[in-house]
Amino acid sequence: MSAPLKIEPATGSGETFVLNLGPQHPAAHGVLRVKMTMDGEYVMRAEPVIGYIHRMHEKMGENRPLAHFLPNTGRVDYLSALHYNHAFVGAVERAAKLEVPPRAEFIRVITSELNRISSHLVWWSAFLLDLGGFTPLLYAFDDREKILDLLEGLTGSRLTYCYFRFGGVVEDLDPGFAERTRKFIAEMRPRLKMYRQLVTDNIILRKRLEHIGPISPDLCLKYGATGPVIRGSGVSYDVRRAEPYSVYSQLDFDVPTFPESDSMARYLVRMEEIVQSLRIVEQALDKLPDGPVLGKVPRVLKLPPGDYCYAVEAARGRHMVRIVSDGKEAAYRLKLRTPSFSNLSLFEEASKGMLLADALALMGSLDLVIPDIDR
Amino acid sequence: MSLLSTEPLRLLASLLLIIAFVGLNAAYLVLAERKGAGRFQNRPGPNEAGYGGWLQPVADVLKLISKQIMVPPESDRLLFRMAPLVVLTPAMMCLAVVPFSDTLVARNVNVGLLMVFSFGSINVMAILLSGWASRNKYAIMSAARVVSQNVAYEIPMLLVVITLLMSTGTLDLSEIIKQQAGGFWHWNFFRLDVNPLAPVTFVIFFICMLAEANRAPFDMAEAESELVAGAFTEYAGMGFGVFFMAEYANIVLGCSLATVLFFGGWQTGLGALPASWGAWKVLIGLGFFLAKMYALVFTVIWVRWTFPRTQFYGLLNLSWKILIPISLFTLLLSSVMIKLFA
Repeated sequence: MSAPLKIEPATGSGETFVLNLGPQHPAAHGVLRVKMTMDGEYVMRAEPVIGYIHRMHEKMGENRPLAHFLPNTGRVDYLSALHYNHAFVGAVERAAKLEVPPRAEFIRVITSELNRISSHLVWWSAFLLDLGGFTPLLYAFDDREKILDLLEGLTGSRLTYCYFRFGGVVEDLDPGFAERTRKFIAEMRPRLKMYRQLVTDNIILRKRLEHIGPISPDLCLKYGATGPVIRGSGVSYDVRRAEPYSVYSQLDFDVPTFPESDSMARYLVRMEEIVQSLRIVEQALDKLPDGPVLGKVPRVLKLPPGDYCYAVEAARGRHMVRIVSDGKEAAYRLKLRTPSFSNLSLFEEASKGMLLADALALMGSLDLVIPDIDR
Repeated sequence: MSLLSTEPLRLLASLLLIIAFVGLNAAYLVLAERKGAGRFQNRPGPNEAGYGGWLQPVADVLKLISKQIMVPPESDRLLFRMAPLVVLTPAMMCLAVVPFSDTLVARNVNVGLLMVFSFGSINVMAILLSGWASRNKYAIMSAARVVSQNVAYEIPMLLVVITLLMSTGTLDLSEIIKQQAGGFWHWNFFRLDVNPLAPVTFVIFFICMLAEANRAPFDMAEAESELVAGAFTEYAGMGFGVFFMAEYANIVLGCSLATVLFFGGWQTGLGALPASWGAWKVLIGLGFFLAKMYALVFTVIWVRWTFPRTQFYGLLNLSWKILIPISLFTLLLSSVMIKLFA
């Protein structure tokens, strides 16, 4: 196996066929349908067809009091529910000028980063499954289980958390949480080393990902791709740094970027982000102040008329909530800017002329969560 | 004993034994694979049906048999039904010439090795048939992949075998085993005097065997994350089950062949057994043969649960750009060695 094949899109033969990938397909991880025009094994055009799992979350946000919408946020991207919680409560807090106690902010950061690690672990295992490696899934889920146990004790749920409230978080950390989290961090680091030896350095994996599926920074900007996708193109854009929210400005962490722009770069960004998230959790636990975890919030929360938004760095990229209020109890218009939607949008252009297997590896490296696209 | 030595009865008995051997191997290798995968993945594997899960294959087969066999309306019905029959036969035919122990061989043919390779190629035809007859885009893509993959890997495999044949000078599998009698350093794997790269040739043989049997990391035929289930997408029930059995039959065949060609077949590797042991020698030989073969089968399972799948052109590049040049070189080297020193 020498240098990767330079793939010239076979054009002009005109003998193409349409391959309907999905809505039920093992590589789509949900109900994404991709209409592929193929020339043999080459993808001439991959047209994503979405809408199979649309649940009208935005409309639901417009016809119920703000607090009643809170559980919905965790169901948009079920893998990084806490980030979506965070964006929504952040937008409301910004609009209503609510004070959030510092302890609550630190707890938000700790839980969000744990959630990010668990989300990346799911991506990692699903991606390896796309590439035909079964075993990493079980290893990653072992580690993810520990995070889910930690968060379950705190939030009461294992996946679709609804833990943040306007003005803080619903419950203070239980007494053993800090200790258990530190234990988890200590266990996780050697595991990451093992992942590296078992998977990241594997020659077959490297051959399949290196120089495959390049996404240029221009393409990312054109389609609004964010998160590990744009950082895998060498652009150091992270909402936690670009527009610091919560207490991220008090914490020391790196924003990993890899300029190679290939699938491997996006892979390495996520692996490095797990390391950084562990660092953030460790620091936040050290700095955790005492005090209340829920600020003063009026019983009936009505936002003053206006246009408010709040962005967070979710596991898949920039997630922004925009609330247009007309002074009533429910929002006049609620808009969720979800990262997977933008990240998927570039797939059509990026996958042109690729081999089917490479195109699917590229799709896996975008870390798509389909309910996040359709919302 | 005198009854069994009459030719038709002996043939019938051998046939039944081979069918039983293939069937039991397929059933229990599936269990071994699932148990092994469980061990590799920190989980118990199937353990509900029977003690420790040993009835699991029975449950699986019952499930497969009781399922309806669906034939897609647009498919070529005759070919679609024929493919599962064609896929299992070649592996069984090949096992007929494999000597499991001294004198324990269904039919000793003096061109046994040639027969194994000619029948082994028919396996591809079956997958091509199933892919073609299914009238399914995933199936036809998988069939096209399998054909080019098998063409690519048959060449280095044959080159490796030719290298070996230059020192053995015979296509008779029993004869090849007899030449490896004595200590384990007489096995072809360790015969560095005729081929200094003998271990390399074995590795090439093993890789080609994985590719020929469509096993991970070369399982292009059913790359489930790309092609759903590849050529077998439209098969349900026992139709699918037969393809599954054929996969394991091919693994058993490939590993048996590797044992015969490189590891002395049923030779113990400790020197000849005393002549006074009589029939026990045959049984001991069988034990050694099976032990070596299943060690190789375990390696096959181990590889599957460790590595991700290769990309298709990576697979072809590996064969055309690496394996074929190396095997040509070993061929040359071995012929020079034999000419100079033998």
